[in-house]
Amino acid sequence: MSKKSKKLTTGVATLVAPASHAAIVPVRDRHLRFNERWNYSPAPEVHTDIKIQPRYDLFIGGKFVKPSSGKYFPSINPATEKQHAEIAQGTAADVDKAVKAARRAYEKTWGKMPGRERGKYLFRIARLLQEKMRDLAVIESLDGGKTIRESRNIDLPLVAAHFFYHAGWADKLDYAFPGRKPQPLGVAGQIIPWNFPLLMAAWKLAPALACGNTCVLKPAETTSVTAMHLAEILAEADLPEGVVNIVTGFGDTGAAIVNHPDIDKLAFTGSTEVGKIIAKSVAGTRKKLTLELGGKAANIICEDAPIDQAIEGIIQGIYFNQGHVCCAGSRLFVQESIVEPVIRRLRNRLSTLRVGDPLDKNTDIGAINSREQLGKIREMVESGKKEGAELFQPACKLPSKGFFFAPSFFTGVTDSHRIAQEEIFGPVLSVMTFRTPEEALERANNTPYGLSAGVWTDKGSKVFKLATQLRAGVIWAETYNKFDPASPFGGYKESGFGREGGKQGLLSYLKLG
Amino acid sequence: MSALFPTTRQSPSFGRVDQIMVEERAATFTKRSIKAESKMEGLRLAFSMLDLTTLEGRDTPGKVMTLCHKAMHPAPERYGVGPVAAVCVYPNLVPSAKAFLRGSSVKVAAVATYFPSGQSSLKTKLEDTRVALNAGADEIDMVIDRAAFLRGEYAKVHDEIAAVKQLCGDVHLKVILETGELVTYDNVRAASMIAMQAGGDFIKTSTGKVSPAATLPVTLVMLDAIREFFFATGIRIGMKPAGGIRTAKQALQYLVMVNETLGDDWLTPDMFRLGASTLANDILLQIAKGVDGCYQSGDYFSLP
Repeated sequence: MSKKSKKLTTGVATLVAPASHAAIVPVRDRHLRFNERWNYSPAPEVHTDIKIQPRYDLFIGGKFVKPSSGKYFPSINPATEKQHAEIAQGTAADVDKAVKAARRAYEKTWGKMPGRERGKYLFRIARLLQEKMRDLAVIESLDGGKTIRESRNIDLPLVAAHFFYHAGWADKLDYAFPGRKPQPLGVAGQIIPWNFPLLMAAWKLAPALACGNTCVLKPAETTSVTAMHLAEILAEADLPEGVVNIVTGFGDTGAAIVNHPDIDKLAFTGSTEVGKIIAKSVAGTRKKLTLELGGKAANIICEDAPIDQAIEGIIQGIYFNQGHVCCAGSRLFVQESIVEPVIRRLRNRLSTLRVGDPLDKNTDIGAINSREQLGKIREMVESGKKEGAELFQPACKLPSKGFFFAPSFFTGVTDSHRIAQEEIFGPVLSVMTFRTPEEALERANNTPYGLSAGVWTDKGSKVFKLATQLRAGVIWAETYNKFDPASPFGGYKESGFGREGGKQGLLSYLKLG
Repeated sequence: MSALFPTTRQSPSFGRVDQIMVEERAATFTKRSIKAESKMEGLRLAFSMLDLTTLEGRDTPGKVMTLCHKAMHPAPERYGVGPVAAVCVYPNLVPSAKAFLRGSSVKVAAVATYFPSGQSSLKTKLEDTRVALNAGADEIDMVIDRAAFLRGEYAKVHDEIAAVKQLCGDVHLKVILETGELVTYDNVRAASMIAMQAGGDFIKTSTGKVSPAATLPVTLVMLDAIREFFFATGIRIGMKPAGGIRTAKQALQYLVMVNETLGDDWLTPDMFRLGASTLANDILLQIAKGVDGCYQSGDYFSLP
């Protein structure tokens, strides 16, 4: 039978068209078609019952107070460009009030409270978060543009998990570091980004509180709404006044926290650019600092990898949360022998991604967080085109209103392209090829960043070899973008320092006596 | 006969499957929210893809008649439900089924090759197939030799399928892998590749006699293999999950998976089938709910 057959080869197996088959599609027509035969009807999450307040004040000393400036700035829904709330613009004077409240709370109640009592509060907060999970997920999607699928299935469960996990640590700190006596630091200033608004708040607040510190938190200006709902939950949990203070505002509000003399510890998650400014400002002071900054992670696919699953890993790696992820796998290294099947599958897979209304339960890619960010992504994509890389975008219709960007990838990218060097922070992937794992390793490490990386191979030995030599804080093998409160997260080089999560994360909020 | 597959246990490269990721991916299809028109459309499509099945020792021409009538006239006209794709019976009952279905679009599929175990000689398997073919079966559902597969005798598995296909000629051949006995996803992928390579027109998960039968991840592994085979050879192989699919909701999940893995060209009864018996009435129940606005009791739908 095989004598009569026509032989054709793929990268993985030698497959032959059996002679008995009549209908053989010629090579040029071997495409998959999508979205024509059966399309899904809109399936929007009902949100008429969810109230976004017209105006949000600051949360200082356990009370909602007006900003001293008397000014408010608009918060818009990035999927509709409509304003849905006003956010208080905190000033240096407000920050000062918040730090004083935090200091009082630290000295009078929280710093002296036994761990097991602090734990009770954290457990209560975690339970309240779980109860209000659906509402919070919807608000997170309305305010930030992320899909309800992700805010409901990933963000909110992780938010609660972080509080539960750290609640468990609160009364066990004395046993965490044998022979050492851990002590809280005092007042922590915490500045968080807009990509995972509630989750980043949880990453910052939960360990700080478990370790006995009090906090002044500043949410990002485009995503402050859920932080204020979190403030309500903290109040409902009877958290002593001043233990957590939330001051909304722009960069100058953040600067006021960074430069406040009575802050003991600073934690910042955001861009490398701002991280450097913060590092400079606190240099020479007694303030303890952790930074979680940008990244340009390499996702390495070897020829022996399970390709179909690796494709899913690539998708999760770069298109999760519209690519607004500091550890996104934005540089894809594909071994030469499997480039063709990988690219073909990527094209097909991108064609099935659904872009649009973040509140539709079937949406895979929601709205870009802000007009400003959309502009940055567009500028980077233009530079990629100008530098000669080839862009692929699936034929998908973007909503006429709101900030949207089609999932994209570039081929023909070299290490010196801007799109291969700079963080895009959007749904844009740069595909590069390599011949040997050693070469992949060298090029993966050739970046100022060092936050995360991914390895795909069926060989366990290769996983360990690459993972031990990749210079990144988090390395995923055969998966990508997996988070757990028990697993420390953080980077090195220009991706920052310090860890969040796990036992290592506690060290960012403790001094060891 | 075939130089492609070694006779000793020396695995040719069929590609590998990562268990955790494939299960994770399969689970995402269950999260799609299929509502309103798309739901009705999907349910009607799923119904048209049914292989209404009865495979029991106690099957009689009378039972097959009931099944055939249901296959042709499943529900009152106002529900807009067409006939199913095929009925699936033992070779003995093919003549009855053919007679009852005369003039309709419903095909007769017969299980063969010493179904369900496949534990007999090739000669017997071919004879079994011949009985079904002579009785006029439009489609043959054969089982692979799992014992040979698990011993690593891939060539034997391949050559048996090729021999059955040779006998079938233009009659459609579905190759049952019995994935519940193959244990690993790597094995499912390898068996899929062998079955397609050997000339199967469809690959099918299960006999329905072994648990677990069809699951979403197993079906996904097979769909991925079909895609690879299509890109390599230009041949579109069909897919049939069978066994364990009982609810309309599950059927829609399978459709979503096909829709987002192989796309439009596989969303037809020619390329995708669902092997089931109790599923039909659950789909009808849901369609009736869509049309009438309320759920009916089971008594409003004839037994399959």
